[in-house]
Amino acid sequence: MDAKVATNCLTIAGKEFSSRLMIGTSRYPNQQVMLRAVEASGAEIVTVSVRRVSMESGGEGLFEVLGDKYHFLPNTAGCFTARDAVVTAELAREALETDWIKLEVIGDDETLFPDVEQLLRGAEELVKKGFIVLPYCNDDPITCRKLEDIGCAAVMPLAAPIGSGMGIRNPYNLRIIREQVSIPVIVDAGVGTASDAAIAMELGCDGILLNTAIAGARDPVKMARAMRLGIEGGRLAFEAGRIPRKLYAMASSPTEGAIEL
Amino acid sequence: MNETTDSTITVNGETRPWSSQDIPALLGERGIDSGRGGVAVAINGEVVPRADWGQTRLKPDDRIEIVHIVRGG
Repeated sequence: MDAKVATNCLTIAGKEFSSRLMIGTSRYPNQQVMLRAVEASGAEIVTVSVRRVSMESGGEGLFEVLGDKYHFLPNTAGCFTARDAVVTAELAREALETDWIKLEVIGDDETLFPDVEQLLRGAEELVKKGFIVLPYCNDDPITCRKLEDIGCAAVMPLAAPIGSGMGIRNPYNLRIIREQVSIPVIVDAGVGTASDAAIAMELGCDGILLNTAIAGARDPVKMARAMRLGIEGGRLAFEAGRIPRKLYAMASSPTEGAIEL
Repeated sequence: MNETTDSTITVNGETRPWSSQDIPALLGERGIDSGRGGVAVAINGEVVPRADWGQTRLKPDDRIEIVHIVRGG
């Protein structure tokens, strides 16, 4: 993209990113495709999980493969309580030498919706312990405001359930959230295709976290590129400012000087 | 001197006989080089900083979690 018309930078906790896309590293057909998709997406931030080492695994080597090029954002996926999430975050901090944490505290396995009570408790504790907390949360403006008050570095409201690909189910809430908080709003979960990503950006969201929509596409590398362009297009449109909607036509060609027969 | 008794420890949910080994030795048994990045250890819910691994000896009934970084969303 021509640098002169590039989108503004995304700043989280004082760190600047030129890409507004954060990408997950899970569910790709294989590691090679994952690496190519991550590259095609232009993302600078990649999400990873923390899991027990099994006797067979011996480690996937993700740290070595991604560590030099990308900014790690470990998550607390699979945690149902604030306590589990805090210990997982501390393990992630030790393993990756990063204070950044995508805080996920899940209410149940079927919806994977956040448990707001536990999420707020976990966020509070992690902020106290010096973490840069990016919480995955509901598209609820009040919860988002509370997370900001606690000291989170961003809020990451869901657009639709994780992995559902249902798109932006409540665009009006996202707009309200964007107006109500001053920290970055990153849409996390639910985006299905590039137009969903573009719409989220046109609503004024600051970034998007994606995984399944790219990893599960028939061609993940192409979809990664599509998401990158969708996000850039949507963001540029937001920054450019769209025209107001009108019910009736307005001629784009001059009305004067037309021939009269 | 790996003194052993009938005591046990739990490693990643698995019960096994205790011995007074340190963390690098425990990791080594699992094929993990303690110099490798992306690995962390907690004992009884408390993360053990990497710098302390060499001086940390396992005690009977310790519950140890050894984790690493994997794919995630």
